[in-house]
Amino acid sequence: MLDELKLGGVTEEDVRRIVREELERARRRDAAAQKAAIIASKGTLDFAYPPLILATTAAASGMEAHVFFTFYGLDIVRKDFERKLRVSPLGNPAMPMPLPIPSLVQALPGMGPAATALLKAKFRGKNVATIRELLDSALELGVHLIACEMTMEVFGYDRDEFLEGVEFGGAAAFLSQARRAHVTLFV
Amino acid sequence: MAKIQEDRILDARGLLCPMPVVKAAKEIKVLEPGQVLKILATDRGSIADMPAWAEDTGNELLEWHEEGDHLVYYVRRGEDE
Repeated sequence: MLDELKLGGVTEEDVRRIVREELERARRRDAAAQKAAIIASKGTLDFAYPPLILATTAAASGMEAHVFFTFYGLDIVRKDFERKLRVSPLGNPAMPMPLPIPSLVQALPGMGPAATALLKAKFRGKNVATIRELLDSALELGVHLIACEMTMEVFGYDRDEFLEGVEFGGAAAFLSQARRAHVTLFV
Repeated sequence: MAKIQEDRILDARGLLCPMPVVKAAKEIKVLEPGQVLKILATDRGSIADMPAWAEDTGNELLEWHEEGDHLVYYVRRGEDE
């Protein structure tokens, strides 16, 4: 169809290239394509990774990234995150264990720490970035790490218990960013 | 193909997602527009991630290939917008 359009020597290939370039220009002008707003609501080691990985990558890709930490997700940005963030083998059939362990046994004291140590060792063995490295990268790249004031109040957390660089806000602050972002995720 | 001359090398071998891209973003800022960053990586995910990152950041992935046990990328820094 297009190849019948010989407008002053403009070929189909030219038209396709021009359209591609114009779309690319429009995408670059679209501010929402340059913004990510992510909610981190879980306080386990495994759930701490996805929001931090996505936020650092977004920032590394030139986007403005905001992560809103709420409920148990608050523990990811507390100064004592390394002690707080653990994995639970309970209720997680996909948890990789060296051998099958019945749920009742998984509920025994010491199993949570054992599972946490196991996952950390696996991550270290593969040289996956630690949560500390991801937090450092996030702050260095200018990612906004925002702690939810309401859940802080409920849990009795003070501002000085959070990492240097963490900001504080509420649902309206998150939505104000999210409504201007094409990328919004709930983790 | 003529050999590409790099201005700076980033050794991201052994690192996994997202660190190769995070470090590349940091290193490319050290260069002037038009200069070339050579990136070494072992993360297989980088085969998809490096082109995506380069395109999203206005930098140009000039070429990539496998070299023994690792991957090599050449990224030219784009003009600042």
